[in-house]
Amino acid sequence: MFYREAGQFKTSYKSDQALFPILQDRIGMIAILLIAFVLVPAFANDFFLTSIMIPFLVFSLAAIGLNVLTGYCGQLSLGTGAFMGVGAYAAYKLTSIFPDANVIVMVLVSGVFSAAIGAVFGLPSLRIKGLYLAVTTLAAQFFLEWCFIRIPWLYNYNASGAIEVPHREMLGVVITGAEATPIARYFAVLSITALIAYLMANVLRGRFGRSWMMIRDMDIAAELMGIRPLRTKLMAFAVSSYICGVAGAMMVFFWLSAAEPSSFNIRLSFQILFMVILGGLGSLGGAFMGAAFIWILPVFLKFIPGIMGFNVAAETVQHATFMIVGALIIFFLIAEPHGFARLWQIAKQKLRVWPFPY
Amino acid sequence: MKHIRQLALGTAVAVGIGLTGAMAPAAQAQDSNYVPLLTYRTGPYAGSGIHIANGMHDYLKMLNERDGGIGGVKLALEECETGYDAQKGVECYEATKGKGALVYNPYSTGITLQLIPKAGVDKIPVLSMGYGLSAAADGTTFPWIFNVPDTYWDGASVVIKYIGEQEGGLENLKGKKIGYIFLDAGYGREPIPLLEQLAEKYGFELLQYPVPGAEMQNQSSQWLNVRRDRPDYMVMWGWGAMNPTAIKEAVKIRYPMDKFIGVWWSAGDDDAAAGGQDAKGYKALNFSGVGREFGALDDIQKHVIDAGLSTTDPETIGGTLYNRGVLNSVIIAEGIRTAQELTGKKAITGEDMRLGLEALNLDEARLKELGLEGFAHPMKVTCEDHAGGHPVFIQEWDGQEWQQASGWIEPMTDVVRPLLEAAAKEYAEKNAPWPERTEPCPN
Repeated sequence: MFYREAGQFKTSYKSDQALFPILQDRIGMIAILLIAFVLVPAFANDFFLTSIMIPFLVFSLAAIGLNVLTGYCGQLSLGTGAFMGVGAYAAYKLTSIFPDANVIVMVLVSGVFSAAIGAVFGLPSLRIKGLYLAVTTLAAQFFLEWCFIRIPWLYNYNASGAIEVPHREMLGVVITGAEATPIARYFAVLSITALIAYLMANVLRGRFGRSWMMIRDMDIAAELMGIRPLRTKLMAFAVSSYICGVAGAMMVFFWLSAAEPSSFNIRLSFQILFMVILGGLGSLGGAFMGAAFIWILPVFLKFIPGIMGFNVAAETVQHATFMIVGALIIFFLIAEPHGFARLWQIAKQKLRVWPFPY
Repeated sequence: MKHIRQLALGTAVAVGIGLTGAMAPAAQAQDSNYVPLLTYRTGPYAGSGIHIANGMHDYLKMLNERDGGIGGVKLALEECETGYDAQKGVECYEATKGKGALVYNPYSTGITLQLIPKAGVDKIPVLSMGYGLSAAADGTTFPWIFNVPDTYWDGASVVIKYIGEQEGGLENLKGKKIGYIFLDAGYGREPIPLLEQLAEKYGFELLQYPVPGAEMQNQSSQWLNVRRDRPDYMVMWGWGAMNPTAIKEAVKIRYPMDKFIGVWWSAGDDDAAAGGQDAKGYKALNFSGVGREFGALDDIQKHVIDAGLSTTDPETIGGTLYNRGVLNSVIIAEGIRTAQELTGKKAITGEDMRLGLEALNLDEARLKELGLEGFAHPMKVTCEDHAGGHPVFIQEWDGQEWQQASGWIEPMTDVVRPLLEAAAKEYAEKNAPWPERTEPCPN
């Protein structure tokens, strides 16, 4: 009943091809955007913005990036963390070479470097598939991390080996560095994430998205139908790495303000992969849900004993959080192997026929 | 499916409740001084982190129990678990800074580097006691960062000075090979510029053996290289599980232990004990007391441990890292006390705390009063010098426990200080526009 489509007629190609053809979806999306752009900045405190919303959006974007590659094109990758690192180091080098350029532009451009490197490491994907490909992307992870440590030019010969984000302004507002207010950084992250998510939603249902899905579902059949596998796969690698690179640059510029090479280690790659798997392979909404589950839930679990008035030692809370999140991951994957996106789809289906289930 | 939906709904409700809780403005207590402790009792560095956390917590708790806090105001203590992870450390910082935090002790060079630019903006000092960015010792550039009693560069210069003494003079270092095995992170790389400069000055060869954080329990390849290169001395900058592994490996390749010297963070009891009797002769720098024959530690035992207010294993009291944690808390406590005296306020703010730390003067008489005579070298912080380059001593593992093996050795301030100032200037230039010091120096 809530999701009833009856009476919503599509009378033109335009309305048939709309991003959200159903009225309820449009209302829902407007509500989410209103919450994100108006309610959250109006009411949230600094901690909520800097430690929950900003990382959540950064991880969501990274999960979208990996989803393009793994979820839509079927190429398993374990190098996400390193591609994010490429974006971060590229953005850092760009801002130090062009100190007067707009930092948002630099962040968006940094993804190009990541895309190029991603495409290079995507080359083996023509010959090898599945777990074997995962191992070659693992090589990318280790090689790039090694570069971040061993090439001092990348971190401007800084003695500590870390990159530190300089102070940059846009339209008179400080948006990076320590003086940047959480609100300014939040808006930067939110705008970039929303923009890229919107673009990807369109790309994925267009020609490129469809050819990626054909490769994922059956590459030989796709080839017979005229899809060129190498070009399509490399495109997926490039687009995926571009998005991950932008996410990595945002991670350093708008969230952490400084990063060591170890920030982009294999743990980050796995974290993003878990977000994609848990959220649902091949779903943009799932990327957001997965990121929320993996990032926001542990932060809240930490506060629950305090809110409920228990006095529990910090490390006990940490251990308990590990166990609870781990158990929940196992539970959700057993209950619904296709992730939260599938759960949401089922919920929508139920709402469509409510209150008369069949 | 029905259960799943219920469960999903329940999760959503729980998250919603959490949201409102986290978004509620943090209540600020006016009748206490809030000290957040960023500690790590989990993760790969917990082996070292637990002792530090215990020492820090127990001393401040003891002040609460014995004296009712400092200056008649109780300390509100809260631990936040960082796991030595920079992301989580920043999360802890953001979660606690709004509650009126006085000072942060990240116990991680990585977290310290992240907090340095924030400290001046949020007006909360960072006390990185003997770690962090060496250049931060320049108080004119970094008014909010303190690394009393020593920077890494002070420590590295003491190691070289000590090796020089063993060889009968620094001029005899010419042609010698000194190996440097370090955790390949900001922490381990920090001393390299100074060591390179000293290598040039005294003509010894510096051999570097980086140990990646993920590989710290698997150092065989580095030690194979050590065996091949046969350095005359080995210097170690390790932390957490890296230390005991390195000592075990050194024993395995029969490296002469009396030529193996660790920094003060490689001086834990568990670190050396890993090599057991064979590690006899291993040396490490230290600036906090050896053993438990101190009045303040007795008070901790009486008021905190016996009262069941701590999770500390009583056996570990008096260990190097435990004592280091205690010294860290002594500096916090004395900073608060000095700030109270300077401002006349009971409950102070982060800005007052900076004043207090900058006027810190822990002289011999005061140490005696605290029941810590001989526990640390008297230390003094000035507006210009936030580290002070205080003397440190060398301790030696006798197979059972640490023994003080040398007197107090002064760092080579003449070499370190100009390098510090140059590095501070460079940092400020790289992070331009770096804020000028707005707080005038009192003297």
